[in-house]
Amino acid sequence: MADQKRRDFIGMVFGGFAAAGGAAALYAMKRTWDPLPSVMAAGFTTVDLSPMKPGEFRTVTWRGKPIFILKKDHTDLKKCDDADVKVGEGDYLVRIGLCTHLGCIPAWEPGKQIFKCACHGGEFDACGANTFGPPPRPLDIPPFKIEGTKLVLGEEGPEYKKLVGKA
Amino acid sequence: MAQFEKANSVYEWLDQRLALTKLTKVLMTEYWIPKNINFLWAMGVVLMTMFKILLISGIFLLMYYKPDTKLAFDSVNYTIMQEVWFGWLWRHMHGVAASVVFLVIYIHMFTGIYYGSYKRGREMIWLSGMLLFVTFSAEAFSGYMLPWGQMSYWAAQVITNLFGGIPFIGDELVIWIRGNFYVADATLTRFFMLHVLLLPLVIMGIIGLHFYSLRIPHVNNQEGEEIDFDAEAEKFKAGRKAEAKVIPFWPVFISKDLFVLGVFMIFYFYLVFYHYNFAMDPINFDPANPMKTPPHIYPEWYFLWSYEVLRGFFFDVGPLSAMDIGLMAFGIANVIFFLMPWLDRSPVVAPAHKRGPFFIWFWVLLVDMIVLTIWGKLPPTGINAWIGFFASITFLGLLLVALPMITKQEAKRAGGAA
Repeated sequence: MADQKRRDFIGMVFGGFAAAGGAAALYAMKRTWDPLPSVMAAGFTTVDLSPMKPGEFRTVTWRGKPIFILKKDHTDLKKCDDADVKVGEGDYLVRIGLCTHLGCIPAWEPGKQIFKCACHGGEFDACGANTFGPPPRPLDIPPFKIEGTKLVLGEEGPEYKKLVGKA
Repeated sequence: MAQFEKANSVYEWLDQRLALTKLTKVLMTEYWIPKNINFLWAMGVVLMTMFKILLISGIFLLMYYKPDTKLAFDSVNYTIMQEVWFGWLWRHMHGVAASVVFLVIYIHMFTGIYYGSYKRGREMIWLSGMLLFVTFSAEAFSGYMLPWGQMSYWAAQVITNLFGGIPFIGDELVIWIRGNFYVADATLTRFFMLHVLLLPLVIMGIIGLHFYSLRIPHVNNQEGEEIDFDAEAEKFKAGRKAEAKVIPFWPVFISKDLFVLGVFMIFYFYLVFYHYNFAMDPINFDPANPMKTPPHIYPEWYFLWSYEVLRGFFFDVGPLSAMDIGLMAFGIANVIFFLMPWLDRSPVVAPAHKRGPFFIWFWVLLVDMIVLTIWGKLPPTGINAWIGFFASITFLGLLLVALPMITKQEAKRAGGAA
């Protein structure tokens, strides 16, 4: 009887150590799959907006993602106070150019004033709002900071916080 | 300790140590297969052969393939296709086999459904087979990424994004799976590892389980007849071969298998040499470009039916967004066949044409999956979107509602007749 207890105890100690080792190994495996520090750290993109002309549409790259910039002042493009970024006199739409459905890149169609996703037919208007198809939400806003006429992507400035309602 | 005597031949020497004679009996000459089966029962051997072809052609591709976003595309389309002697052969064999292996898997699956080979003790055969289907799907997806063309890239982008639909952890999970904020080098190298090592190992393990799961309940037959395998085997061994309902796997049944395999291989090599283009999407001959989505993207034909279920739900219902409904339907579609032995509430094991309503159900399901497959490749606009929607609803309804109802009725009738 006493012997059996000893054996149970040894069995539990063995099982406990094996479980701890297994958990540690799983943690190491999970961390190995994590994005590398260099990947996490990389990724501030600065864009000078001053050379853009009214109605001009640009795509820049930030963290491997396309960022849509559309200059809307002095045009008949739809403007939205709660969605646009004001830099100086300019009125811009700044969005991550990935369809919020499954991440395809929508194309800007200036004639219709919409972003049209070819993958599953989703559409967004000039304010980035989802107006048709499967996208569940408007185009995402990338974190940004305004420095003069420059836009710094990757940093959360006061204008960004105001726009996403975090201020 | 076992007694070892002086061996008179190399075979005897090995037999003493490895029990070769006994092993051959257990696995081959006394592994009993019912006589009453048709060519559809040869698909297992066809699949095994296709897997071997994939493994061997893959080994040769691996010698020159470079898992690096800067080098991958050229290592496939320049080095392997133009420089390596017979590199084109391995690539076309690998690509075509990856495609037709799914055709045979679907035939294999639907044979099992038609003849009720997933119940009365055969549940583990069905479950291990479904596990193989899922791991083969993962293997196909990870392999499709490797040439790093536009379709490779955007398929990876869309499929990894699907995990973003999982509540709470979705966004972080997508980044974790990719190892970057977007599909990048880290993504390619980890899916390369999955494709050439981890998934093939898992597949081989499950193939072992799948074969082993056949040993106790044995192979089903055309009439769903319950056979006393021991008694029938005795008849065969006693020389009453015409009377016995079983034959040994080797060398009798394998002869029929090899005939079917021969016919299939003619078809396969015809595709490899004269019609390989169907497995080589032209869009994938443009190098991957994260900044430009091809105008129309679609998966390979064998994923089209579940892809159509994913995008079939294109409008919101109350608080549920179209995307979430699609994701849920897609999730259900991918696991629903696992539940086949339990969704079928009837104990009757018989071919579908002897099961009345089940027979109709079977063909409606098959036609619906073909409709989903065809519409999965069409642009989801106008009437196409509605056809996709109704076909998706029909698919879910057939498995979740119609099947349990039909088979419950059948169980009642069977109970009444007995």
